Amino acid sequence: MSKLKYALFTGCTAKESTPEQMMSTMAVADKLGIELIELTEASCCGASHLQDYDDFLSLVLNARNIAYAEKHGLTMVTICNTCQLNTAMTKHRLDNNAELKARVNQKLGEVGLEYKGTSQITHFLYAIIDDFGLDRLKEMVVKPLSQFNIAPFYGCHNIRPSELQNETHNSKENPYNPTSLDDLIIACGGANVDYAEKNKCCGFHAELQAPKTAATLTGNALAGAMDKNADWMVTPCPLCHLKLDTQYHHASVAIGREVKMPVLHMQQMVGLALGCSAAELGLQHHVSKVDFV
Amino acid sequence: MSTNSITTKDVTFKVFRFNSETDYLPTYKEYKMEVTSEEVVLDILDRIKWDIDGSFSYRRSCRHGICGACAIQVNGRATLACKMNLHELTNIFGDELVIEPQSTKRSVKDMIIDKSDFWAKHAQIKPYLISEIDEHPEMECIVSPEETEQILESDLCIQCGACHYACPALEVNEQFIGPAAFVKAYRFEADVRDDAHHERLVEVALPDQGVWDCVKCFECAEACPKEINPIEKITKLHNMLFDQKVFKNPVAERHAVGFAHSVKKHGLLDEGELVRYSEGNIGVLKHVPVALKMFSKGKIVLPWNMPKSDNLDEIQKLVKSSSTTKY
Repeated sequence: MSKLKYALFTGCTAKESTPEQMMSTMAVADKLGIELIELTEASCCGASHLQDYDDFLSLVLNARNIAYAEKHGLTMVTICNTCQLNTAMTKHRLDNNAELKARVNQKLGEVGLEYKGTSQITHFLYAIIDDFGLDRLKEMVVKPLSQFNIAPFYGCHNIRPSELQNETHNSKENPYNPTSLDDLIIACGGANVDYAEKNKCCGFHAELQAPKTAATLTGNALAGAMDKNADWMVTPCPLCHLKLDTQYHHASVAIGREVKMPVLHMQQMVGLALGCSAAELGLQHHVSKVDFV
Repeated sequence: MSTNSITTKDVTFKVFRFNSETDYLPTYKEYKMEVTSEEVVLDILDRIKWDIDGSFSYRRSCRHGICGACAIQVNGRATLACKMNLHELTNIFGDELVIEPQSTKRSVKDMIIDKSDFWAKHAQIKPYLISEIDEHPEMECIVSPEETEQILESDLCIQCGACHYACPALEVNEQFIGPAAFVKAYRFEADVRDDAHHERLVEVALPDQGVWDCVKCFECAEACPKEINPIEKITKLHNMLFDQKVFKNPVAERHAVGFAHSVKKHGLLDEGELVRYSEGNIGVLKHVPVALKMFSKGKIVLPWNMPKSDNLDEIQKLVKSSSTTKY
């Protein structure tokens, strides 16, 4: 099998508030022999908020990011659920609306770029599952996570809207009963924890606008995992990670109960199973201390 | 469909039972049945009532996905009982299905819920055309096909409540207007004959109840049996608030605008500056405790170290030429 190679769209948090996400992505890609060409030209995806203010501008910016992946002739891989949603949604809208695509390309033409629609867009989680393969991953596990009950937290924008999800990934995931992250936990040797909140919202996108709503949803998620005896949680989304890892105090106040547990990025979990060190995976950057490594 | 393709399957149904007049707590009753690939969930509700327990209660009427009466939840999934095929559900959830009302806490009897909150939210956004009608018009009031298209099929809503009771923001905040009423608000906001745009948009803009409290989870898009995509209409309402300059929630408005500022300056989002700009210099102080914890773990980039996208000049040029909104 030839070496897997992708254009990496890091998103903003990997460069700022979740440095460990960037570190663990590169460490895991290295272990798996996946080549990632970083799209250093890429801008913010708008995080579904710029879209509320100026939808057309966000389309142009996301189309520009994809155009750079197309220049490399590579599939774009994202490491953030919301980047995945906004980028894949842009692609979906432009590929299905010639008039809109022409309007966007007229703008991109001003800076010598063109959106063609030739690159696919996938999240790193699905690149590992669909392209690399869990059987291959299993064979490479040197330090299985067999002592842990691990609660998967999927993050909305990888699983909803399912129409977009099914168009983008080979793993046809049902948003009411997603399995990809559970399968990944099992492949890493861990025990997957089933709980009601695993496919629910963490509240991140309303953190400033509706702090009580956001904190309650975060609290419910942490409490759900704790009540099913999870040792820690794992998520493919750095925004969910920020909420669950750093906002436990507000979450505890909102639901009237102390909630806190280590939360790992999906890449960190895979990295641990593959024998990466805690430092390589940036576990020292967590606010909710990762106390088991 | 040819009859020889019909298959059968044994399914266990765990059915929510509650009578608000006699019970303190609900129970789940188990019914094992053989179901065919032709049956929908409503067939099972009927079989329970007709063959097993006549006291079992649920709403049903049209049987054609038009009236919205039979909306329930199966394994937490919003389900219009008359449209949802049983085998489709067992493919997702396996052979044990949990049948519940849309909201267990609003159950009056079994599947029947008190939907008064749903209707109150509708009433709040004035779900009707508000217009000065000329009683003696001299010409037709013509709405072009293009203008009609702008309604984006929001008029197809059957008011089943699937999105409303699937919305997590509404679940934890009773003031939130919710996706179904937002769709209805959009339906009239996008109607060129309506004169109440500003009045209705104010309802939609207010903190705690309006569109800014949407958590962007897409549960509503997933739940809608008519594929109306409520969150698309919520985004349109956001856009309308900026277009019509209906500003009632400064933190939320600046939070959206802040992305444009940041992209223009750095290409990437300046996370710290976004919080400061959204909250203001005083409001930002409440974030200091968490920010200090994050800083101690290397999670805060200081302003002078803020990374920038390569070819930033391109991004700045595009922001200038492609912006369609002003704040």
